[in-house]
Amino acid sequence: MSGQTLSPAWRLALRFGLRNSRLATVLGLAILFGWLLLALFAPWVAPFDPIAQNTDIRLLGPSLAHPFGTDNFGRDVLSRVIWGARIDLQISVIGVVFPFLIGTCVGALAGYIGGRFDTICMRLIDIILAFPFLVLMLAIMAILGPGLGSFYMAMALVGWVSYARLIRSQILVLKESDFALAAKSLGFGHGRILFRHLLPNAMFGSIVFSMSDAVLVLLNGAAVSYLGLGVQPPTAEWGTMVAEGQSFITNAWWICTFPGLAIVTLAMGFSLLADGVAEHLGERP
Amino acid sequence: MNLARYRFILSRPLQLLPVLFGISMITFVLVRSIPGDPARALLGSRSTPEALIRIRAQYGLDQPLWMQYFYFLKNLLKGDLGQSLLYKVDALKLISTRIEPTLFLVLGSVLLALLIAVPLATVAARNKGGWQDHLIRLFTTAGLGMPAFWLGIMLILLLSVQLGLFPVSGYGRTGWDKLHHMVLPCLTIALALSAVLVRNLRASMLMELQADHATAARARGLSERAIFHRHVLPNSLVPAVNLLAVNIGWLISGTVVIESLFAIPGIGQLLVRGIFTRDYMVVQGVAMVLALATVMVNFLADVLTVMIDPRVNMR
Repeated sequence: MSGQTLSPAWRLALRFGLRNSRLATVLGLAILFGWLLLALFAPWVAPFDPIAQNTDIRLLGPSLAHPFGTDNFGRDVLSRVIWGARIDLQISVIGVVFPFLIGTCVGALAGYIGGRFDTICMRLIDIILAFPFLVLMLAIMAILGPGLGSFYMAMALVGWVSYARLIRSQILVLKESDFALAAKSLGFGHGRILFRHLLPNAMFGSIVFSMSDAVLVLLNGAAVSYLGLGVQPPTAEWGTMVAEGQSFITNAWWICTFPGLAIVTLAMGFSLLADGVAEHLGERP
Repeated sequence: MNLARYRFILSRPLQLLPVLFGISMITFVLVRSIPGDPARALLGSRSTPEALIRIRAQYGLDQPLWMQYFYFLKNLLKGDLGQSLLYKVDALKLISTRIEPTLFLVLGSVLLALLIAVPLATVAARNKGGWQDHLIRLFTTAGLGMPAFWLGIMLILLLSVQLGLFPVSGYGRTGWDKLHHMVLPCLTIALALSAVLVRNLRASMLMELQADHATAARARGLSERAIFHRHVLPNSLVPAVNLLAVNIGWLISGTVVIESLFAIPGIGQLLVRGIFTRDYMVVQGVAMVLALATVMVNFLADVLTVMIDPRVNMR
């Protein structure tokens, strides 16, 4: 409303915000990069085999030899956390990619074609959104059976709706724009207009959203594994590790604590990056 | 309230019909995609072929799919969600006995979350850019990425195991006992929820602080404190209520996990157990009831917003 009255305080806040957003982006990237390196070099970084059991060293507290302690099977928790990064990073990437692709395609087509197809898509989205996210996911996974594959499948079936909505609303605006009209008047086909001209301009918002969505996907994946439906033991995954450590909470706090901290840091990496990028682009969610 | 408002409130349920229809369709499809023969599942592995045919005829499983869906809808309208294979009782009856703990959990968490979020958002908004603001922002960023089940275990570790303040799990029998048991579960969800709420509340408070009516109040010589309490806070709570309603699905998802963590005999625990025991009728029933609850809460929030805020445009 009052765009003309740029007070110095406002400008200062903007500059501060920019500096802040850069800090957030860098910090987020650093955290993500750190976990990525650990995941990639897990066989060399992890001091012990993540699934080798050794009953002589059950439930040892944190020490120099085992900085994060050992669990009820005598497995080194630090090594399991490092190996777990592979699975959890995979969850937060694959769990985002499929919904992103499906949602982008459906949203783009619904926005571009419009009419009855659009109505049907929007109704379907309304219905899927009516279900609590995790409940619908669990119901789908109940049919598909436990495992990471079912998790990705359920994620793809439920998660695409947010992307479809975002892309559709962008396409609806963009298809009325001058450059779309120009492309049309040059005689380009629908496919070329939609995928080469409209879609690249419509994707900004959903790319930023996908970064904060990665947090939700990671938490969902960990929760599903915690409930026993996702990654199956003995594979090291953070959610599963927390579930396994829960029975020993009274005398071995370290089994639950460290995998949980790993989830928090990875999630913070994604949120910081999402915040930073969103603020940088000036579209704060 | 004028006539348009009444019309909006009355016509809104009609718009819900397609969504309710869709919910029933999705749950029907879910149950039909279960691998295996439902008749065999009902009778067990030692069933005779004649009995199978009889059961298929009785439940209409020999009919075409659209007829089956019709029967399914008919039973649904009668409140019949099928029988639990495990408990051998009506799925709906089973679910209704589990509603109380879940409702307790949801309401308790929302109340606690507001008690945590409003003061934090107030401090953050009034000290924008200050160290308090940054600290609270750190809290919300960490809170957003914190798995609820882990947070719950950490609270158990700190408040139950170390300090012995609250029971580790269970629901309790009498009123006070239940309250005592529910503090930790509610606090767990409330902390996670307040992370979302604080961000939103802070943003709307900042907007309200700069709004014209706040400036007008300043011009009338009201103190910042009075402006905040009389003008800013009430106005920024309206979007927060909406946010809560939008997040009800997320909240219910959270209760599913937290009920399993704290062994609370609610709907969420029923769902998770149903999945492990392949009690599909229960899974289907819970999914439908929870979807219905989500739709109803959103509907009530819409109506409430229209009734509170005269500026909301009615689509």
